[in-house]
Amino acid sequence: MILKAFERGADGVMVVGCLEGDCHYLSGNIRAKARVARVKALLDQIGIGGERVAMFNVSAGEGTKFARFATEMVEKVRALGPTKINLARGAKNRSESCPIA
Amino acid sequence: MKSQSNLERVLEAGHFAVTTECGPPRGANPDAIRKKGQWLKGYVDAINVTDNQTSVVRMSSIASCVILKSMGFDPIVQMVTRDRNRIALQSDILGAAGLGMNNILCLSGDHQTFGDDPEAKNVFDIDSIQLIQLVKMMRDEGKFPSGKDLDGVPRFYIGAAENPFAEPFEIRPIRLAKKADAGVDFIQTQCIYNLDRFEKFMEQVRALGVHTRVKILAGVTPLKSAGMAKFMKKNVAGMDIPDHVIKRLADTPKEEQAAKGLEICVESIQRLRQIEGVAGVHIMAIEWEQKVPEIVERAGLVPRPAV
Amino acid sequence: MIIGQQKPIAVVLEMISPYEKIVLAGCHGCVTVCRAGGEKEVEIVASALRLAREATGRPIEIKEVTLERQCDPEYIEVIRPYVHDYQAVLSIACGAGVQFLAEKFPSVVCLPGLDTTFIGVTEQQGVWAERCQACGDCILHLTGGICPVSRCSKSLFNGPCGGTTADGRCEVSKDIPCGWMLIIEKLRSLGMLDSYRRILPMKKWRTSRDGGPRRIVREDLKG
Repeated sequence: MILKAFERGADGVMVVGCLEGDCHYLSGNIRAKARVARVKALLDQIGIGGERVAMFNVSAGEGTKFARFATEMVEKVRALGPTKINLARGAKNRSESCPIA
Repeated sequence: MKSQSNLERVLEAGHFAVTTECGPPRGANPDAIRKKGQWLKGYVDAINVTDNQTSVVRMSSIASCVILKSMGFDPIVQMVTRDRNRIALQSDILGAAGLGMNNILCLSGDHQTFGDDPEAKNVFDIDSIQLIQLVKMMRDEGKFPSGKDLDGVPRFYIGAAENPFAEPFEIRPIRLAKKADAGVDFIQTQCIYNLDRFEKFMEQVRALGVHTRVKILAGVTPLKSAGMAKFMKKNVAGMDIPDHVIKRLADTPKEEQAAKGLEICVESIQRLRQIEGVAGVHIMAIEWEQKVPEIVERAGLVPRPAV
Repeated sequence: MIIGQQKPIAVVLEMISPYEKIVLAGCHGCVTVCRAGGEKEVEIVASALRLAREATGRPIEIKEVTLERQCDPEYIEVIRPYVHDYQAVLSIACGAGVQFLAEKFPSVVCLPGLDTTFIGVTEQQGVWAERCQACGDCILHLTGGICPVSRCSKSLFNGPCGGTTADGRCEVSKDIPCGWMLIIEKLRSLGMLDSYRRILPMKKWRTSRDGGPRRIVREDLKG
């Protein structure tokens, strides 16, 4: 899913999960963390860059925190610039993050 | 007598035997062997030549043994099953015998990951116990394992190694008994620093009656320093160096530690001689072969018997 | 099951570099269980390859398919209708699967995306370990159900060697338990330790790969 986002033109992907220990599905957020780590490594190996993916843990009531993470992420990805894919596709210099809860 | 081996004669006559070992050169230069041989003349009953020990390539054991034989020694060819299948092993057994060798030490061999060629194919067609059986069959029945007759029978005095200190400890005497069942004539043990534990091992060996079937030579290695002792304790699998031995060295000033190491070695030999079932000593002075004469002399084992 | 591991993505990219249109074929069998070549892995590898190729300015078209197995002819036939429209098949099944594809489609380039490693078991999720060397002459009844050929680094039949460490590991690596320690412990717990004294004779390696590539023909099941 994360890789598909990059295929569809994302320059960055932000994965948001509940606070550790608070997962409604018990350990979904733990598994997600492991998957994010694997994808980061893969993105490094193929030259896209693992730093374009990040995971954050917030609870539903921490709206301000979420906004802060989102802003941080957008700034980071903007600084990284478009992915090589987007450059190759001649995309304009826009940064977009695709929140996946 | 099963062979023309000097070691066999010495042991059968009831003398306390002395053997030592020699590492061949890491190249084609035979002078390295000749030099080591010169130090050892008159101090040992037989000399082992290692077979690509720790999987590090050296001049072959048989070739090196030929050089030592020409100097008047009775060499012990070491043969590992790591690198050669049963066809090559049989061929080398016949070749060694044809060149006048009388002693063979049957080993599995250190795994090739230890050496310079870790990518090499792992042979281990047979193990050390099966190799003992193979040599015995060729010697006593004059036949190949296939059943066909041998044109010239290899008359070897057959040896093997045993490590009294490796886990599982209580199995080691039984494994020694297995080697006796396979037909081994003599055993050389891994070097001993923990004499108490070795005595326990020999108790069990005697309980199994193995000491009357097989001549057991206790292994010793002189320690050059406390550092060497610590290194070996940490890095060599199956090595048991008690802390009190290390302390004895560590408490000695650095420049005297080598002398202390020799002293401990000589004391060990004297204590080992007293243990029932120990028929001799195997001195492994790794890269310190020139000290062997001193050790043998101080242990009161000179002159070597001429049987 | 057969355990395999994905080749590094850089190696795979090198392999597929001459091609613009490939099939990526996974397998629902063993490689799914060891998370190397199943449907999920097909999706991920395909995505990664497409991203990598596009980033270097040479996009690649990948047809993703996961076959029931790649070692039975019926399941391979599934791709016959379209396989010749592609330049190569990258298979992330085991080596047997890759070869069978190559056999069934002689004019198609078949590439291995996996390194097939061993026959083994899942010790725990994420940890697979070797158990069987397929030697063709099983003696597990003599060694308490633990194989000396595959679990002893030296395949000793009358082990252990002198290299067992103080904590029961093999001299080769502390990640490897001493195979003969395991056998002895098992014989002991079965009350069969007496059998340890018996010398096991030289192994007949002819039934193993040493005797040449093997084949089993069951006349009663043929045709």
